[in-house]
Amino acid sequence: MPRMKAGETREIQFRLNGREVTVRVAPRDLMHDVLRHRLGATGTHVGCEHGVCGACTVQVNGAPARSCLMLAGQADGQDIRTVEDLCDGADLSPIQAAFRDNFALQCGFCTAGILMSLDALFARDPDAGETAIRDTLSGHLCRCTGYAPIVRAALQARDSIKGGQTDA
Amino acid sequence: MKDLGNETLVGRSVQRTEDATLLTGRGRFIDDLAVSPGTLHLAFVRSPHGHADIRSIDVAAARAVPGVTTVVTGADVRRLTRSMTVGVKAEVECWPMAVDRARYVGEPVAMVVARDRATAEDGADLVSVDYAPRAAVIDPNATLADDAPVLHDSLGTNLINERRFRYGDPETAFAHAAHRIGVDVVYPRSSCTPIETYGVVAEYLPGEGAYDIAANFQGPFSIHAVVARALGVPGNRMRLRTPPDSGGSFGIKQGIFPYMILAGVAARLAGSPVKWIEDRLEHLEASVSATNRVTRLEAAVEPDGRITALDWDQIEDCGAHLRAPEPATLYRMHGNMTGAYRIPNLAIRNRIVLTNKTPTGLNRGFGGPQVYFALERLVHAIARDLGLDPLDVIRTNLIPADAFPYRTPSGAIYDSGDYPAALALAVEEGRLDELRARRDAARAEGRAYGIGFACVVEPSVSNMGYITTVLTPEAREKAGPKNGAQATATVAIDPLGTVSVKVASVPQGQGHRTVLAQVVAEELGLAVDAILVVADVDTARDAWSIASGNYSSRFAPAVAGATKLAAARLREKLARVAASQLNIAIDTVAFRDGRVVDGNNPDNSVSFARAAAASHWAPGTLPEDVGETIRETVFWTPEELAAPNDRDEVNSSLCHGFIFDFCGVEIDPDTAELRIDRYVTMHDCGRILHPAMVDGQVRGGFAQALGAATLEEYAYGDDGSFRTGTLAEYLLPTVHEMPDLLILHHETPSPVTPLGAKGVGEGNCMSTPVCIANAVADALDSEGRGPDLVLPITAAKLSGLIHPDEPKPSEGVRPAETDKAVGGGRKLTGTGAAEVDASRQEVWDMLMDPSTLDAIIPGSHGVRKVSDTEFEAEVTLGVGPVKGLYTAEIVLSDMEEPEAVTLSGVTRGALGTGQGKGRVTLTEVEGGGTNVAYAYEAEIGGKVASVGGRLLDGAANVVIGEFFRALATHAGGGAGSGAFSRMKVRARTGLSILKSMIGGSR
Repeated sequence: MPRMKAGETREIQFRLNGREVTVRVAPRDLMHDVLRHRLGATGTHVGCEHGVCGACTVQVNGAPARSCLMLAGQADGQDIRTVEDLCDGADLSPIQAAFRDNFALQCGFCTAGILMSLDALFARDPDAGETAIRDTLSGHLCRCTGYAPIVRAALQARDSIKGGQTDA
Repeated sequence: MKDLGNETLVGRSVQRTEDATLLTGRGRFIDDLAVSPGTLHLAFVRSPHGHADIRSIDVAAARAVPGVTTVVTGADVRRLTRSMTVGVKAEVECWPMAVDRARYVGEPVAMVVARDRATAEDGADLVSVDYAPRAAVIDPNATLADDAPVLHDSLGTNLINERRFRYGDPETAFAHAAHRIGVDVVYPRSSCTPIETYGVVAEYLPGEGAYDIAANFQGPFSIHAVVARALGVPGNRMRLRTPPDSGGSFGIKQGIFPYMILAGVAARLAGSPVKWIEDRLEHLEASVSATNRVTRLEAAVEPDGRITALDWDQIEDCGAHLRAPEPATLYRMHGNMTGAYRIPNLAIRNRIVLTNKTPTGLNRGFGGPQVYFALERLVHAIARDLGLDPLDVIRTNLIPADAFPYRTPSGAIYDSGDYPAALALAVEEGRLDELRARRDAARAEGRAYGIGFACVVEPSVSNMGYITTVLTPEAREKAGPKNGAQATATVAIDPLGTVSVKVASVPQGQGHRTVLAQVVAEELGLAVDAILVVADVDTARDAWSIASGNYSSRFAPAVAGATKLAAARLREKLARVAASQLNIAIDTVAFRDGRVVDGNNPDNSVSFARAAAASHWAPGTLPEDVGETIRETVFWTPEELAAPNDRDEVNSSLCHGFIFDFCGVEIDPDTAELRIDRYVTMHDCGRILHPAMVDGQVRGGFAQALGAATLEEYAYGDDGSFRTGTLAEYLLPTVHEMPDLLILHHETPSPVTPLGAKGVGEGNCMSTPVCIANAVADALDSEGRGPDLVLPITAAKLSGLIHPDEPKPSEGVRPAETDKAVGGGRKLTGTGAAEVDASRQEVWDMLMDPSTLDAIIPGSHGVRKVSDTEFEAEVTLGVGPVKGLYTAEIVLSDMEEPEAVTLSGVTRGALGTGQGKGRVTLTEVEGGGTNVAYAYEAEIGGKVASVGGRLLDGAANVVIGEFFRALATHAGGGAGSGAFSRMKVRARTGLSILKSMIGGSR
């Protein structure tokens, strides 16, 4: 990407939840601001703006990434996925359903980031054990639940994605 | 007759109606809501000083930024608003923005309104504020000293309120007691820090003379009156709306109200709606904090451990302003200062002080953590001083089951409970015996293992009059009584016969809408998902009152209770309608499965919708005494919540739950890491309406308490600089820190709430920190009291306790010194030396030459010589993620050409301040070079210290290295590394403050 000056804008194109989008961005525009305020994908939330809380986690080419530490320009040509893409029509995805079944959210503000991280984990490692799940969750701060129901939901989701097999 | 199937709805863990929306990213939080076209954005300029006069504010450069429309200063705020209400009688003003003087780091000093947030922040960077720093005071004891800097000149002291209370005959009890046992407790600051920060959208309607403000405020709505008064409008010209979803609050979002006022002023001056979303640094340094408190607590004790009197001396630190509803943190617990114990005599001295820290406000547990930390550490101390088992001291003093309802000496009415039974159940089911065996086994192996206990009475549903206990009975008499806890609920039926519920509850994620749907569905025989619940507030349209909102754990006892009453009233009327439609007697009507049926003949029924909608479609067919069934609004306030009486007795809360916790902990002998081996928490929260949500409240509260106990502290330097401005410094528990919990319940329904429920969300914030501390004390000292523990109990603190003699670092390792600076900021000191290829005179001349300095100071944008001994420089400094432009004023003194010079100076910038002094000594070395030796002492404050504290030492090291590399290069030592390789830098940090502050990266 060519070097840009402050105040200059440039058109970038990327895939957002399976659809090509084109948006004009300035060099300092952050990914989450463009997703939320330019493209209307407000499901991604911003908690700390310095990469600690994990609330703003999205998937970039399938890998979880903090959208607060990502410049919008970096999305050019990439495949971006956000929480809005998790469910299939009206039905909740197995991870979402597991969160509901286990009361694994209260205010729901940090939840989108957690869902995106877990979704990426299970895509990479469908047999992820509790240790791997906890390691993934340790990148997310939740102030409401005390985490235990989130761990339960993640375990249920893993089993449900695998079709009911258990592998603890 | 009631439908028995539906009767069991309340008490079941039904799925949350909130979740499908939140899980699919369709929540409507404040920053997700649509705003009017033309809405502008707000950014704040905030004080980098803990205490400073504002000599002048130059906004010209900010106004000149394209896209900036308005800059607002304290003078504008003073002109357009009135000082905010203060909760005590005191000669003091309380503005939401600094006027003439800043009193805490992060205090708003100016606002910039612009077309977008980034432009507003650009403008804020260019607002130039001329500060004259004052001495600051951050310690609640120090602020009482005669020579302490006074925050508010009109007050003339930092002690803003003092009251003494006496109940029973404490003097005689102490005089006759076998033992007088006391503890001293320092309770630090922390905050429950929701993941969603504050957000406000404000509009001023000049034609109406009215403000329309949306904010993720949580209540209490008594604050609405404070805001309307401050904005100088009648209550009906101050419309406040809350968004449907809020990303957690835990009390914190009460503290948004000064920003409602400021955003209102900004909108009025800008002539457009303005929007502001707080960033994380703003949130940590300047939203709201729990109070820190210093307590001396003494007990009169009999030989068997029975406590006959308590004597409290509390110094409550509310920060720079006593902002509404403070000093509520101190007085919320007033009725239950004797905790779970039958103690007949009580003395209390309460002092409220101001310091140069963020003003305080609501925070989960609100006053409980501070009180119970002292009380339960005292119980532990009593046991150890008298050689008793702590559990026996607890049992000896517990209020017996037959004493309920129990009136405490200070006036609380404990509504229900069986504390001994709940405790016995917890000891049994929590397997305390086995835990003790684990402790014995661990100790036999030499491991540091301890068990701690804590007993807590958890108050809920605050009496809106408790805060007036801070006034004398005479002052209260004059002001008129305040009391009650008005809850409101509306159940409405639309023309299609479907049911909506509206409450002024403002949930912040707890699942209130689900529980209300459960309550109403049960009452009306409908499915839970047939009920639609709206729980956000619009003060222009909704039934609300001062007690409305989401705080003091009032939802289940008060809001759900009021909703139950409204639904019951509607049911009663609908029964009459249906009885007439079905031609049966009223007492045979039953509501079930969406129908209203004849209990004696289920075939005779009418759909609920048909009976319900008759008021809309055919009001003339209704029985005469029914009126209508369109809408029932219930206002409920319990009569038990009376105003404080003339003896200062107050039933500060309606409900009193009970908690008994115990835990086993172990301290790692090498790392000093604290491991919670088992944690058992027993709750009596009255009737449980939704077990999974209660479980969630207990776990969530425990996690926050664990943070307060072991990780979290809002840390300040003595100059008021804020040290924990990121979530990398202010550490929250992650999944890895959370131990497994054993949660137990013992239900004694409250006789004073419609559903028998009590609050449950705050209890562990009160019980867990002290339970862990007692366990740590037991681990550190199995026979005695253990050390005075100050939270958070970090591994670093424990390491100091278990390894009092830290081994010396290995040879050659010299850690940067960061001890206390004279002015109280973050201090950096260092000495070092380097050799360069130039004569002393050449080096001297370089140091005196602005163009050389400009070339060698990293990040310099120009050095100007003001006089022979004064320089001004503009530099860009970057520390970690924070980079900013600074101006530096440098003064040379004690000049001994070409041997030595002292450089002293001050740097100022948007990101912070620095000041310091460095002595540079030049000596000749054999072979023609010069040895440059330096010693410096520097102090750094402001945002850089807040967010980059951990990085400063390393950054200074890098910057100083760069300076020497550049000096050596400039001295003719050849290019880059070659010259550097000839230097012998003998210390890890070097040169002076000036170099470290004005250095940077480019």
